[in-house]
Amino acid sequence: MHEVRFSGFGGQGIVRCALITGKALAMYDDKYATMTQSFGPEARGGACSSQLVVSESRVQYPYVTEPGVLVALSQDAYNKYEPQLRDGGILIYEENLVKPIGDTGRTQVYPAPVTRFAEELGNRLFANLVTLGVFTAITRIVTPDAMKKALPGLVPDRFLPVNIKAFDRGYEYGLELLERHPLARGVAP
Amino acid sequence: MRKSAADPKGVLSGSHFLDGDHALAEGALAAGCRFFAGYPITPSTETAERFAERCPAVGGLFIQMEDEIASVAALIGAAWGGQKVMTVTSGPGFSLMMENIGLAVMTETPMVIANVQRAGPSTGLPTLPAQQDMMQVRWGSQGDYRVIALCPDSPQECFDLAVEAFNLSETYRVPTFIMTDETVGHMHEKVVIPPADQIGVVGRNWYQGPKADYRPYQFTGKDVAPMVKAGDGYRFHITGLTHDERGYPNLTVEQNEKVVTHLIEKIDSNADRIIRLDEDEIEGAEVVVISYGITSRIASRAVQLAREAGIKTGSLRLITIWPFAEKRIAELAGKIKGFVVPEINYGQMVREVERSAAGQCKVVGVGHCGGAVHDPEEILAAIQEAAK
Amino acid sequence: MNMNDQTFRVESPMAEFLRMERMPHIWCPGCGIGTVVNSFAEAVKKSNIDMDKLAVVSGIGCTGRVAGYVKLDSLHTTHGRAIPVATGLKLANPELKVVVVSGDGDLFGIGGNHFIHAARRNMDIVVICVNNFTYGMTGGQLTPTTPQTANASTTPYGNYEYPFSLPFLADACGATYVARWTSLHARNITKSIREAFNHKGFSFIEVIAPCTTLYQRRNRLGDGLDALNYYKEEAEVGQEIDTRDVGIDFQSEIRMGRFVKRDKPTYYEAVNERYANVLGDDYQLYGMSKPEREEKARREAEERIRMQALLEEEEARLLAEDIGTDEEGV
Repeated sequence: MHEVRFSGFGGQGIVRCALITGKALAMYDDKYATMTQSFGPEARGGACSSQLVVSESRVQYPYVTEPGVLVALSQDAYNKYEPQLRDGGILIYEENLVKPIGDTGRTQVYPAPVTRFAEELGNRLFANLVTLGVFTAITRIVTPDAMKKALPGLVPDRFLPVNIKAFDRGYEYGLELLERHPLARGVAP
Repeated sequence: MRKSAADPKGVLSGSHFLDGDHALAEGALAAGCRFFAGYPITPSTETAERFAERCPAVGGLFIQMEDEIASVAALIGAAWGGQKVMTVTSGPGFSLMMENIGLAVMTETPMVIANVQRAGPSTGLPTLPAQQDMMQVRWGSQGDYRVIALCPDSPQECFDLAVEAFNLSETYRVPTFIMTDETVGHMHEKVVIPPADQIGVVGRNWYQGPKADYRPYQFTGKDVAPMVKAGDGYRFHITGLTHDERGYPNLTVEQNEKVVTHLIEKIDSNADRIIRLDEDEIEGAEVVVISYGITSRIASRAVQLAREAGIKTGSLRLITIWPFAEKRIAELAGKIKGFVVPEINYGQMVREVERSAAGQCKVVGVGHCGGAVHDPEEILAAIQEAAK
Repeated sequence: MNMNDQTFRVESPMAEFLRMERMPHIWCPGCGIGTVVNSFAEAVKKSNIDMDKLAVVSGIGCTGRVAGYVKLDSLHTTHGRAIPVATGLKLANPELKVVVVSGDGDLFGIGGNHFIHAARRNMDIVVICVNNFTYGMTGGQLTPTTPQTANASTTPYGNYEYPFSLPFLADACGATYVARWTSLHARNITKSIREAFNHKGFSFIEVIAPCTTLYQRRNRLGDGLDALNYYKEEAEVGQEIDTRDVGIDFQSEIRMGRFVKRDKPTYYEAVNERYANVLGDDYQLYGMSKPEREEKARREAEERIRMQALLEEEEARLLAEDIGTDEEGV
């Protein structure tokens, strides 16, 4: 079982990250996935997070309690959610937006310039797909194939090719990161 | 009631990754609902939005009314216009609906109303879950009556129970409620929609007989009269006043007794047919946790912890909330040490459990304020207390 | 039941139209609601419309009881909610003609919000308001149309609130047919109802009518006959009247007539047009294809023309008769 949290500020596509991953797992990877979201009444700005519980059998308890994976795309989100990441957990963060408070070696950290990659592809809005590429490569919780299959319907049709490109860019970068820093136990917690 | 296959036009067969709100709309369409009148309110709006988006190609109609009072009023008109009808709302809107829910009850008009519960009182916490309207759905409109209410714990069950709610509503000519909550409403999971021919749908029981003999009501306390629709020449009349079989006002205590006992008995006498429960490891249990909706899924962790700690713990999930499963609970009460009843309110369904258990065993309620779910540890502590 | 009752029930000219088994009705002597029901029945008969396709929806109150007496598909609903019920009925079964008959308190007090939105949508229903300036069934309280200074049981020292002018309200909200008469003008009411039947869109007919038991008595205005005399003296038919100028003060002049008649797509037409544009042949409301919808619209348009011709022909005949009588009288 995996517990994953995506976090950032509103408008970064945080909810979409969990939706795409959850759909990929539930529909194309034959896993059980439960996605929950929590955010304030405001639709833009403020800390925002979405959670996924992934399992081989039906998920009963739907909430993330001790996530093994945290994706943080903003400093606020990092400050709020990093302490809940379990020891040895994977932290993937946007290296230009988040300054980690010291590396204590408690978690396995993977910084990535996802916004810059997205801008290189034409729009920072693609940062969430770059992030998902990095996430997919590093955690191997979901297959890249399933992720791409999950995109139609969750990203606008006309942006599908560029979103796939963004995902691939993140995925390549994730593999590079992984090569440099393999996961401690070979699999995601 | 006989079921037939769903109209394939409304059925989005296949696997989907949906939230509970969207699944409700799909369930309604699969059940043959072709008229939806609603008013936007968090956290239920997505159901209305999905219906609005899907209905034109399915041959249905969506109208956004001026408020929730008008929404239920429009459902009553549309149901007698011949359609299967639905609306969805949350706390404040549910309060506004109460007036015409009473008219629907009194005129025995089938309709499905989903309440995606959020924390109150009043505007409360619009974006956060609660289970605080469980008694309101039962008693909220004035007078004496019964309704049917179902409580899904997942998006899949939102779909399944939406179909079931329509079937029950048509069978008993009674407003039928889906009492879900913000968490289930916004939680995404895989929802499998079966092929249309595997979805059993109860169609409207149309009257077939001489026009002059048509009576919109029969006060048998068991079955309900068949229906007709406006425009077919039956010249029917319905009223919220106490009425006779023809639907004409009859303002006497005797007639009121006939009508009201029928409204009550048509549900109570069929309770065994209506009630659905999900039981797990009840046999030999010392403690049984009774829960419903999202809280069942929270309680499942507490049940697991209790079992690991050596307490024989059973779980009883109320899929049907109203009519209440009093017979089954009374039966279990004689065999166990205690019930534990967690719910996101400070004591609503626990009172029904206490009433049904009638002192035969302990009943430990685990109340919780709206806006958040329980910590499983709280429920575990209650299980331990009940097991003493 | 004695023989006279039975004979009455069977032989009454209204037997075809009313649920005679429900007679006698609850309305007081001198009440104006009966006139409106008569005019309605007359309009139904004269326009020769299929009574099986005609439905009446009422709210609560004295006028709310109309639904219970007409021998039609009829829904007696909750207080103020007749219009949204009618909306649901019409949209679920668009071949119906749906008529709301209710009072001023019901339609414009508790139900005001529903009225303005149905008018805004140009919902294809007919709303007939019997405006007697008071809540009759509950004992003569203030309504949103009670003129200033008039006495009501909840304004025992005279009314100090500003009343609604209903035609102005209806016009401003988007109603596409608006008329006002008094209960003295039965023939005009009938004609207006027939016009409203023929009209496509939200039609509103206000009928000023006496509540003899409460409003008349409480304001020392005499009985039903005195009310009709007041209408005779003070009610004026006008041409091209601006709805801004038709407010009614206590026992003041009453301006009557057909104030508004304009063409505008109805809600149902707008829905069909929008979806058909976007979805093309995939759009089949209640399973009806585009050719079927067009055929239906064509049939309805023909029917409207036929009914309008009938109406005009009869008006001309009546006018000729009136003139003839006058000449002979002279």
